[in-house]
Amino acid sequence: MANGGSRGRRSGRARSGGTALAGPLRDVAGDAGHTGHPPRMGFFTDTSVCIGCKACEVACKEWNAVPGTGLGLTGMSYDNTGGLGADTWRHVAFVEQRKPLGGQETGAGHDGTDVFEAARRLGTDAASPGPGATAPTAAAAPPAAPAGEPPPAPDGRTELRWLMSSDVCKHCTHAACLDVCPTGSLFRTEFGTVVVQEDVCNGCGYCVPACPYGVIDQRAGDGRAWKCTLCYDRLGAGMEPACAKACPTDSIQFGPVDELRERARQRVARLHAAGVTEARLYGADEDDGVGGDGAFFLLLDEPEVYGLPPDPVVTTRDLPNMWRHAAAGALTLVALAAAGFAGARRSRP
Amino acid sequence: MAECHPVGFQWVMEAKARGATIVHVDPRFTRTSALADVHVPLRAGSDIAFLGGLINHVLRTGAYFRDYVVAYTNAPVILCEDFRDTEDLDGVFSGLDAAEGTYDKSSWQYAGMDVQAASGERDQQYHRRVSEAAGGETHGSGGPALGGKEPELDETLTHPRCVFQVLKRHYARYTPERVEEICGVPKELFQQVCELVTAHSGRERTTAFAYAVGWTQHTVGVQYIRAASVLQSLLGNIGRPGGGILALRGHASIQGSTDIPTLFNLLPGYIPMPHAHKQQDLDAFVRGEAPERGYWGNMRSYVVSLLKAYWGEAATLGNDFCFDHLPRLTGSHSTYETVRAQLDGVCRGYFLLGENPAVGSANAKMQRLGMAALDWLVVRDFSLIESATWWRDGPEIESGELRTEDIGTEVFFLPAAAHTEKDGSFTNTQRMLQWHHQAVDPPGDARSDLWFTYHLGLRIRARLAGSTDPMDRPVTDLTWDYPTHGRYAEPSAEAVLAEINGTDATGAPLSSYEQLADDGSTSCGCWIYCGVRADGVNQAARRRPGQEQSWVAPEWGWAWPANRRVLYNRASADPEGRPWSARKALVWWDADSGRWTGHDVPDFAAGKAPGHRPPRDATGPDALSGTDAFIMQADGRAWLYAPAGLTDGPLPTHYEPQESPFTNPLHGRQRNPVRHLLPPHPDDRYHPSGTEPGAGVFPYVATTYRLTEHHTAGGMSRWQPYLAELQPEFFCEVSPELAAERNLRHTGWATIVAARGVIEARVLITDRMAPLTVQGRVLHQVGLPYHWGPNGYSVGDAANELTHLVLDPNTHIQEAKAITCDIVPGRRPRGPAAVELVRSYRRRAGIDAGTGREV
Repeated sequence: MANGGSRGRRSGRARSGGTALAGPLRDVAGDAGHTGHPPRMGFFTDTSVCIGCKACEVACKEWNAVPGTGLGLTGMSYDNTGGLGADTWRHVAFVEQRKPLGGQETGAGHDGTDVFEAARRLGTDAASPGPGATAPTAAAAPPAAPAGEPPPAPDGRTELRWLMSSDVCKHCTHAACLDVCPTGSLFRTEFGTVVVQEDVCNGCGYCVPACPYGVIDQRAGDGRAWKCTLCYDRLGAGMEPACAKACPTDSIQFGPVDELRERARQRVARLHAAGVTEARLYGADEDDGVGGDGAFFLLLDEPEVYGLPPDPVVTTRDLPNMWRHAAAGALTLVALAAAGFAGARRSRP
Repeated sequence: MAECHPVGFQWVMEAKARGATIVHVDPRFTRTSALADVHVPLRAGSDIAFLGGLINHVLRTGAYFRDYVVAYTNAPVILCEDFRDTEDLDGVFSGLDAAEGTYDKSSWQYAGMDVQAASGERDQQYHRRVSEAAGGETHGSGGPALGGKEPELDETLTHPRCVFQVLKRHYARYTPERVEEICGVPKELFQQVCELVTAHSGRERTTAFAYAVGWTQHTVGVQYIRAASVLQSLLGNIGRPGGGILALRGHASIQGSTDIPTLFNLLPGYIPMPHAHKQQDLDAFVRGEAPERGYWGNMRSYVVSLLKAYWGEAATLGNDFCFDHLPRLTGSHSTYETVRAQLDGVCRGYFLLGENPAVGSANAKMQRLGMAALDWLVVRDFSLIESATWWRDGPEIESGELRTEDIGTEVFFLPAAAHTEKDGSFTNTQRMLQWHHQAVDPPGDARSDLWFTYHLGLRIRARLAGSTDPMDRPVTDLTWDYPTHGRYAEPSAEAVLAEINGTDATGAPLSSYEQLADDGSTSCGCWIYCGVRADGVNQAARRRPGQEQSWVAPEWGWAWPANRRVLYNRASADPEGRPWSARKALVWWDADSGRWTGHDVPDFAAGKAPGHRPPRDATGPDALSGTDAFIMQADGRAWLYAPAGLTDGPLPTHYEPQESPFTNPLHGRQRNPVRHLLPPHPDDRYHPSGTEPGAGVFPYVATTYRLTEHHTAGGMSRWQPYLAELQPEFFCEVSPELAAERNLRHTGWATIVAARGVIEARVLITDRMAPLTVQGRVLHQVGLPYHWGPNGYSVGDAANELTHLVLDPNTHIQEAKAITCDIVPGRRPRGPAAVELVRSYRRRAGIDAGTGREV
């Protein structure tokens, strides 16, 4: 199934420097018992360049043979998918807003074989001689429509914005679905991703309420839990996930999480410099409630606007404390009971 | 473009990442608008006013690229004294025959000479050209114009009859105020676009225009593109990197099927299909259709090589290379005339290969009625599309207008192979051929179109074997011997490509159309594709990654002609052959080697120096000077003004669409006076416009379009569960204001009515549909994606039940992008009541056979 390293469930044992179930964790796969594993892989979904084509949804379903979700017009703009679920592992949200256009500048990183590299080389080497400096420096560019400036509207409206965003399983650093899975069906791969093994899942459904994002779900008529595998089979063959492969504008970028986070930070800085102050990352912070996501996002508005929880917390974060309290409670009960017996004895004539 | 060409849109995003500004002009706010810097909503059908306003801005402010304009366009050319503009004649050009609804174009010519067009309607001058050559008759003020006659020029651009001054006068009234009044685009927003376009044009910068059927599907569609051509030529944006006008095609390889055409009036490589003329031999045809100068001057070589590819050994000098085997045109035989011919009993059989006119063509009811009058119908498609099932479940069956048992059409459905199941090429909008290889065998009885056509041909030829009827000769003489392979005897697509590429007398592959000869020694199935198999190598199959080659990437696929990536790229250098600027260098003259060189393949004779001046008696390419950058044109220049080739005027002029809630404020002509009107038919009635009585019955503008999730008439998407669920049924898009005005509820039902039909759609209320202020009043537009029909998973009424058959006179394309309609809440009536509803609307609006048909 995988190259290098063993695979295993997260042990759940406590480590030095913090609780097992929350907080930053540098080596996710290693913590799960993998040795000699590849770097943690994930998605950076840059929603500022998403064109809402839904190629990710279709490519995901095609590759993973995910069943159709049926026909129904939702009336939620062009989103007739609704949300992530057992039969939807990528979901493109469409949000129509009365806000100015802006922030859709491209320029987020590509992988090594991109035209930006070629553009940088233009005119500087013999293999790519011209047209001179077709890639202008920002300062040399003539005045463009400034981002965020509302166009005069013909109807008196001042602003209109259509946000599109492709959602996916976050592949949390601390994945509650995995923590609560009693069968070991959910496991941490050597890539640091979280995958359900369909032949092990017994359909208990514990994972469903455990997910702080509402991603994982049981399939109707099947009962087992299903979600994005980050195309585990493709990763094992050295291929990128189907959705990232299909994305025409590189809104979905796949790569080592560390690299993606750096790229994302630069992208936000560039957008901020361009005046798109509302650009922010979601799920990229190791100190958040899930220890950071393996699949994180650049958003142009509050997470709630996209249907994402503003401050997700791994639902098992407080389990140790709960057990501690439960143990204390139990001890107290035992003590009370013992005291009761003792008292009873004392009161007996 | 993001909406309909999401894969191609990645390059727009790349351009944006490199500093480009994106302006999106569309009645609707689409996925493209969402990613653009500026979105300009405008009234559907008003683009010539918008582009005319831009042209006026460029001329008025002096923002045009003067050196380019003087050297490379026909701006300095003096026009014939007889020419009168629409500004002189209240909306018509000189030469209108009001009874026929056509123009006599002779007064549109250059002073002292006749110039032939490089494309378009080239037969219009046939009689004059052929009879002059034959009999030496004179005409008008000019006299015969054959040979090396030069147009009269005024390079100061001040002569009152020079094109530049005519252009200036023509567009002087296209002011920002007029644009606002006609298009509903506020002056400030229009000004912003003017500034962006001019700031990004000139020596250092270029601007590109991309369009699709939002421009072509109008009664003045060709003139929309012409208007963009005028603007781009004035700004010096043709033939240069980052410039141009890009026609985004509607299907994979639609470019390929115009290059090697499925159109009735073209032969491969844009050679015109001969019209029926008396005593027309090959020489007369060439004399009538080909310009004397430029690369079309070699038309005879292209035609003879094509005839040799068709008829091989049978085509000899002695029999005029079988020129008489070619069919002749007797008028327009467009798809819509074919429908009328079906209804008239003239057309008895019909092949539909990957086409679904029962819901996908304008006035879908007419399409179905036409098919119901056929003897036989063959449908080849992936799924049981509506065009294959209308006889049992179409709207006319429901309404009782047709009964299945009365329909005599024998319908054959043959499953077709998908592109992954066959070899072949795609030609994209960049004229680039990309080869695809078969991945899997087609399932079941599905076969490729190539297989079907080849084996059908074999069977027909077997039937005709031994025939002595001259009628059969074009078929029996055909070269029809492609090698086959595999268990289904699939013909070799590469062998077809080899035939298209062409061979010399020894059978060796040709590498350039410059090798084609007019003596029968060469064979070539499409002269512009000559070289696609140079050296016997399938150049279209090359896939060298971009990062391993120059930024022009000449080794990815193959672009016609001669693998040039930018047409007319001689214009990227100044008249002396130096790049206009370092950052926009593409090709240039290398004096040391005495050759044109550069990043792209120069679109110019390699050794022709910038200072070259041809001898007066030169013809063909030899007659082009060293600065005649537009090498296909008879005068070597980009045409700001088109003296020939167009049926409806040398300059784009704003006319209202066939159906419009507004009167034309510019002049006295409401509609294009020579729009293509078919004979009246009871099922193709038109609405009154403007202040005509009854116009208020259809107060709204409707426009049809596509969504990312579906493909055209749905044959490739409505049967795919993964696509069907993304847009699960037909809907219309309306603004909150229109919804309030007509009491429409979000996700509720609406009934939309026109004089042709009635449909129902779910309602999406969205701010993305903006009401516009046009001529001082509010206009609402109704958006109608046209993918649907009753079959497949994702179903709904067809928007084309509403559209009519008034066409562009040049291309015979329907005006689906701007019609008028009414919209009311609720579902439509069923059965005969639906027909009665349409009749009642016609009565209310006073519509009869003559409505909207004035010249």
